[in-house]
Amino acid sequence: MEAFGLLLYGFSVLLTWKTLALMMVGLVLGIFVGVLPGLGGPNGVAILLPLTFTMDPTSAIVMLSCIYWGALFGGAITSILFNIPGEAWSVATTFDGYPMAQQGRAAEALTAAFTSSFIGSLVAVLLITFLAPGIASFALKFGPPEFFAVYLLTFCSFVGLGREEKYKTLISMSLGLLLAGVGMDTVSGQLRMTFGSNDLLRGINFLVAVIGLFGISEILLTMEERLALRGHAAKISLRVVLKVWKELPQYWVTLLRSSAIGCWLGITPGGAIAASFMSYNLAKRFSRDKDSFGRGRIEGVFAPETAAHASGTAALLPMLALGIPGSGTAAILLGGLMVWGLNPGPLLFVEHKEFVWGLIASMYLGNVVGLILVLTTVPLFAAVLRVPFAAIAPMIVVSCAIGAFAIQNAMFDIWLMLIFGVVGYVFKKINIPLAPFTLALVLGNRAEDSFRLSMIGAAGDMRVFWSNGLVGSITTLALILLFWPLIAAALARIWGALRPEVVKPHV
Amino acid sequence: MSKLEDEIVVDDPTAPSEDSPAVSNTRRVEIITLLLLLALAVLLAWDNRRTGMSWDATGPQAGYFPFYLCVILAAACLWGLAREFLTRGQASETFVTRDQLRRVLQVFVPTLLFCLAMQWLGLYVASFLLIAAFMVFVGRIAAWKSLLTALLFSVIMFVTFQIAFDVIMPKGPLEALFGY
Repeated sequence: MEAFGLLLYGFSVLLTWKTLALMMVGLVLGIFVGVLPGLGGPNGVAILLPLTFTMDPTSAIVMLSCIYWGALFGGAITSILFNIPGEAWSVATTFDGYPMAQQGRAAEALTAAFTSSFIGSLVAVLLITFLAPGIASFALKFGPPEFFAVYLLTFCSFVGLGREEKYKTLISMSLGLLLAGVGMDTVSGQLRMTFGSNDLLRGINFLVAVIGLFGISEILLTMEERLALRGHAAKISLRVVLKVWKELPQYWVTLLRSSAIGCWLGITPGGAIAASFMSYNLAKRFSRDKDSFGRGRIEGVFAPETAAHASGTAALLPMLALGIPGSGTAAILLGGLMVWGLNPGPLLFVEHKEFVWGLIASMYLGNVVGLILVLTTVPLFAAVLRVPFAAIAPMIVVSCAIGAFAIQNAMFDIWLMLIFGVVGYVFKKINIPLAPFTLALVLGNRAEDSFRLSMIGAAGDMRVFWSNGLVGSITTLALILLFWPLIAAALARIWGALRPEVVKPHV
Repeated sequence: MSKLEDEIVVDDPTAPSEDSPAVSNTRRVEIITLLLLLALAVLLAWDNRRTGMSWDATGPQAGYFPFYLCVILAAACLWGLAREFLTRGQASETFVTRDQLRRVLQVFVPTLLFCLAMQWLGLYVASFLLIAAFMVFVGRIAAWKSLLTALLFSVIMFVTFQIAFDVIMPKGPLEALFGY
């Protein structure tokens, strides 16, 4: 019950008027970001990060994580009312959410979406509360080889388990790691890959790259599409809310299953997108009435939303406990930690108790407040979509520029942002995934440092990565995941070769 | 009809038309990207070799880690190029149509000009110009609405960042006139 006491401590850190006000501001901004086309969770957090530079870390992370919760809530509004998923993970919500809106049940669908989002993240936060401190204290025993093995595991699982073509994931990741190395080498103090440029001396800032990759490129992509939209306005009355909540218990299996899928995929770098689709499909498969899915079934809203939120929240678990983000947005929050002068990793739980528990407490409070906020203000946010994109696009560009410049006060970063905007646009169109790049860029230096420190410790003997049971099994698991497609194919072949012998006697 | 009241309709008069001719296909763009990345990998590998990519008394030299990353990047690019070569002749999707390219440039060129203007005019004046011009010329929104929106946004940004949060942005002659 130690976690419980610490959680109460976290709430005590949180319950000041200033922090609560920042939470509200964060949630409102987040819902905006989620509703607007051309902006999403990661961009929103990246663009608004500079606002927090002068705050203390706890207020800063509370506001940023609330932007994140808000964006998760906001994505559902456009999917249901306009059939336009504000985020990739809300795509599955449109399958049944939009038909419901067409039948005049928009309020019901929205209530279902918000409530299940709330349940999903609540499950994930409970998991974080009770699991993260344990993992962190376990990870305190890690030395450089163990840390490198964990980084390796993260990178390998991206390559082996990602849905994209392998070489594209590999390109994205190695490019990210390479660009992380530009500038002064932290171990020897030598300059690398700067080609005599003074601007490159500082290195390529992670947040500048993210603002370009997600902010600017997203605007370019949005402009390509037809921006006309047609949808339903909705008001949520208390009667509808209570009606949906009354039905909730009968869907407990779906909710529980979706939460579990979300938590699992959130911790492993699978992500909210995969989680929402998987849980929708499973809900459909286990349903007695499969054909009603896609025609406005409330379960089809519950399943993906629960999973997406659980996964988005659970992605913060490895970030807090190990310093390894489980999603793109978590990677940006990690970048924020470094800006505020905190060193992400297991030591956070020891050295910055008020920060960690303040953050965890804010997850509970943020979700409760967020739920009430979205339920009461939906019509307002749906109306935001009436504002023409021609007015929003240049404002987003300006916000991106402010964000990019504020990080290091360098004009060079503005140009870097523009270059990354174009790179992001091209990469997205030819299906090179950006998440591995983001993760590699933020973890690159620390992965390299832990590799070199282990090499120095072991006098260049690679066997250090198998020197004890723990590091050995992590490294081996990483290699298995890296070659998983090959292993899976081989297993299938062996299975296929064995099966006919079993089946034959019956034939 | 009561149904109409419940609807939100937003038009997009300058939307790209569906039958606009393709400017390029995905395969061509992918090959160019892979070649550029390959060139980058070779360039960085050469630079890291110069920095030192072997081992010395203290462990791996500064160029060791990045050098092998260049090797991985180059190998992944060659893998992709080989794939493209093997599947040549198969149809490829459109990368961008002429109408879409026009719309993308409608945002990209003003953004580029905005970044240039920022060097001389400062961020706040440049953002006023960007928003006003974009709304008038691209969005075809009435001039007074555009100017008012741009002015309000720039002033709010100035108050938020310069005065409330103390985040310093590039400033130009106009801010100097007011003593900032």
